[in-house]
Amino acid sequence: MTAILEMRGITKEFPGVKALSDVTLTVERGEVHAICGENGAGKSTLMKVLSGVYPHGTYDGEIVYEAEPVAFRSISDSEHKGIVIIHQELALSPHLSLAENIFLGNELTGRGGLIDWHATNTEAQRLLARVGLGDNPAVRANEVGVGKQQLVEIAKALSKDVKLLILDEPTAALNDEDSAHLLDLIRHLKGQGITSIIISHKLNEIKAIADKVTVIRDGRTIETLVTDDVTEDRIIKAMVGRDLESRYPERDVTIGDEVFRIEDWRVHHPTEASRVIIHDANLSVRAGEVVGIAGLMGAGRTELAMSVFGRSYGSHITGTAYLHGKAVDVRTVPAAIRAGLAYATEDRKRYGLNLIEDIKRNISAAALDKLVKRVLVDGEEEILVAEGYRTSMRIKTPTVNAIVGKLSGGNQQKVVLSKWLFTDPEVLILDEPTRGIDVGAKYEIYTIINQLAAAGKAVIVISSELPELLGICDRIYTLSEGRMTGEFPIAAATPEALMQRMTQEKEADHVLAQ
Amino acid sequence: MSSPSDPSTGAPARRSSQGDPARDLAPSTLRTASSFLLSRVQQIGIFIALVVIVLLFQGLTGGRLLTAGNVANIIVQNSYILILAIGMVMVIIAGHIDLSVGSVAAFVGAATGVMVVQWGWPWWLAIVVGIVLGAVVGAWQGFWVAVVGIPAFIVTLAGMLIFRGLTQITLGNTQITPFPTEYRQLGGGYLFPELFPASTSPAEWITVGLGLLTLVLFVGSQLRGRSKRVKLGVEGEPAWWFWTRTGFGALLIVLLTYLLGIAEGSRGTPIVLIVLGILVVTYSIVMQRTRFGRHIYAVGGNRHAADLSGIRSKRIDFMLFVNMGMLAALAGIVFTGRLNSAGPGAGNLFELDAIAAAFIGGAAVQGGIGTVVGAITGGLIMGVLNNGMSLMGVSTDYQQFIKGMVLLLAVAFDVYNKRRARSLG
Repeated sequence: MTAILEMRGITKEFPGVKALSDVTLTVERGEVHAICGENGAGKSTLMKVLSGVYPHGTYDGEIVYEAEPVAFRSISDSEHKGIVIIHQELALSPHLSLAENIFLGNELTGRGGLIDWHATNTEAQRLLARVGLGDNPAVRANEVGVGKQQLVEIAKALSKDVKLLILDEPTAALNDEDSAHLLDLIRHLKGQGITSIIISHKLNEIKAIADKVTVIRDGRTIETLVTDDVTEDRIIKAMVGRDLESRYPERDVTIGDEVFRIEDWRVHHPTEASRVIIHDANLSVRAGEVVGIAGLMGAGRTELAMSVFGRSYGSHITGTAYLHGKAVDVRTVPAAIRAGLAYATEDRKRYGLNLIEDIKRNISAAALDKLVKRVLVDGEEEILVAEGYRTSMRIKTPTVNAIVGKLSGGNQQKVVLSKWLFTDPEVLILDEPTRGIDVGAKYEIYTIINQLAAAGKAVIVISSELPELLGICDRIYTLSEGRMTGEFPIAAATPEALMQRMTQEKEADHVLAQ
Repeated sequence: MSSPSDPSTGAPARRSSQGDPARDLAPSTLRTASSFLLSRVQQIGIFIALVVIVLLFQGLTGGRLLTAGNVANIIVQNSYILILAIGMVMVIIAGHIDLSVGSVAAFVGAATGVMVVQWGWPWWLAIVVGIVLGAVVGAWQGFWVAVVGIPAFIVTLAGMLIFRGLTQITLGNTQITPFPTEYRQLGGGYLFPELFPASTSPAEWITVGLGLLTLVLFVGSQLRGRSKRVKLGVEGEPAWWFWTRTGFGALLIVLLTYLLGIAEGSRGTPIVLIVLGILVVTYSIVMQRTRFGRHIYAVGGNRHAADLSGIRSKRIDFMLFVNMGMLAALAGIVFTGRLNSAGPGAGNLFELDAIAAAFIGGAAVQGGIGTVVGAITGGLIMGVLNNGMSLMGVSTDYQQFIKGMVLLLAVAFDVYNKRRARSLG
């Protein structure tokens, strides 16, 4: 076999962050090559470099494709050469037909530049058949399920004479049956000489389909393994085997009584009510305790947290929440806040902050009642409160009148935390509290978390970074595909053990059965 | 962290006066002063624009703009637009729009006309019922926006047609006129002119008294606020700017008092000016100092974040439309009183003037930004432009063109400023 693709010494820097550092990847013609690594390891960045999303010149290193050095300036450059990337978020236009989607931007035109609908539809039907779909090409994209949409994406790729197909987490949103079907298709395309790169967290899938797997960690290539020769444990070791160089503040742990507990928590998808997103989860957290929830992307971490916090996510939610052993109403956000819950979102810009407003008004937003004297908000008191948090949280800004959108990520996160502390919560759910924050600010956030625990708060931390959870938590739950798959006291938690539970499928053999 | 206050208690310690941010910010050089002004250009720009336009037309019309009679005219002619602009800017801050206010104003004007003229109801009862009717209309639109979830643009576009239709049905395609004198006072009346006929009185003492009272209240509240903030060590505004701002406000009050109460040909205080003054002060407080107002900004700035902060955004939406309905009703009553007739075409295009006022006054199309005072200033800019051009004899077609250009340029300036601010940040 010869190499269809060689990426050598790829280095990609963003302001302040080195996302990729001297990455090497060699893909042989006609193989299925898996890339795996933790969230944020650099897998997607590497694929964006390859496909021209990050144009030539914005990265260092060279790409050799079909024995020629290439310099893609855009996605259309790479597609022209037969490299097609299918992103995690599907890119079909929901109100266009399948045929229109397949030829979007690549329309089949006849005389006078008009679209040749007959050719479009018959050709679309042929392409759909190649991916195993018998659907009418005139059906609108939003009328077929997510699994089929994924296949339509592949049909679209085939219309572009794809030679190298890149799939970013293709089965993340699919159910088992659709996943199995998709993997079959990839295998089938391999038989037709199409090379595939598949990014996946799901080790059993990788074992089932990939010929080789390249592990990336912290923006570096760790190793390339032949999948037949290695176990899942071996891959996990490569994924997590970093030296814990980042430091975590020490703290004295004093754990009290249970504060909050959920039992048999079941959540359905907000629009597709038949899909269960969280399966009967049980979780408890005690005073002074920091509890972690570990799970890969799509495991349902955020969905679990938001469904608990005033049913902000999901539908048909069942289960019971207990505060100090008594059932408590958390069915709306105001009720959840009254009960003493606080939820700091993973996406602070979209869900956490009013970016065009100043610091003080963001801090007071969730507990404005505390500042109301008779009917009016006490503006001076509001400034004092905000100044208090500015000092104690070390929000780096000259005044609390500064607009939040102009602060750094770390300072924005401190504003989010201040907002929730001002509601005087008993239970804090912190979703990815250090995402997009530089190392120094991370340490400060950890310190704040420790202080909260020391003050007797119950803290739940959701994170995709295992070292972070291992560094700050007293107990860690693992979540996989909406199921609680394990609970580890910190003494028993190792990255390997956690990762094994995080990648555990409910029927591990289902996909393997070909 | 070795801070004096514990973040976990939610009750931060009072800051000592040593870290006074006012002192940190106090400009010692001209450069810091100008950079402070630059940072406020968005808020100040609109006032400067109004002053420039007033001075421009004062010059172009040879001093006919700022005469007692004409200033009273500007206020009365634009009062209903200004009333609408208050509600409109609130709706816009929350990220919505209301296209129906002109029709709603006409509908309520027609309905009160039927009550007063045809049924012979007392004027005050008709006004109260009219405003309740406005609230019901607002609740109807609020229901479709907040409960059903239809975009406000569509709901109020439908409302524009629905209430225009209801106006014509109510009136049977005729006009209702004349209205009793009491009803007309709100739109065109002055405070007790019979007591102080303009010809005999050198100074109209009710107006001067009201002016002085307003001046004392304004300066007093400004001083009290500042001294409280300074005492707590939370004042972020340099002293020179505080005095400039307060002085400018005081000067405006004095000038207005002079023109309405002392100057040659003055007729006293238009009743609608009192109504407007109360509305502006009340709604400014509502927007800045009450839960409702603050929640409007929060919802407009980031609806998701507001929902996740426990703010009931749909209830806010509903209340906003009820409020808008009531203000539209009031505007309709004022307009009907001023014209002394309720007609099927009343209030045509009012919605566009009110929307233009809000946007010229600095409201953001995306929501989350805007002030009541800004919208009033924007409305006055449009009003002075109209009035000034009429005085100069500019024909209405040119007036439309110029007003359109002003709206476009004002918002373009605002967008430019925001972009500049972002790139600096």
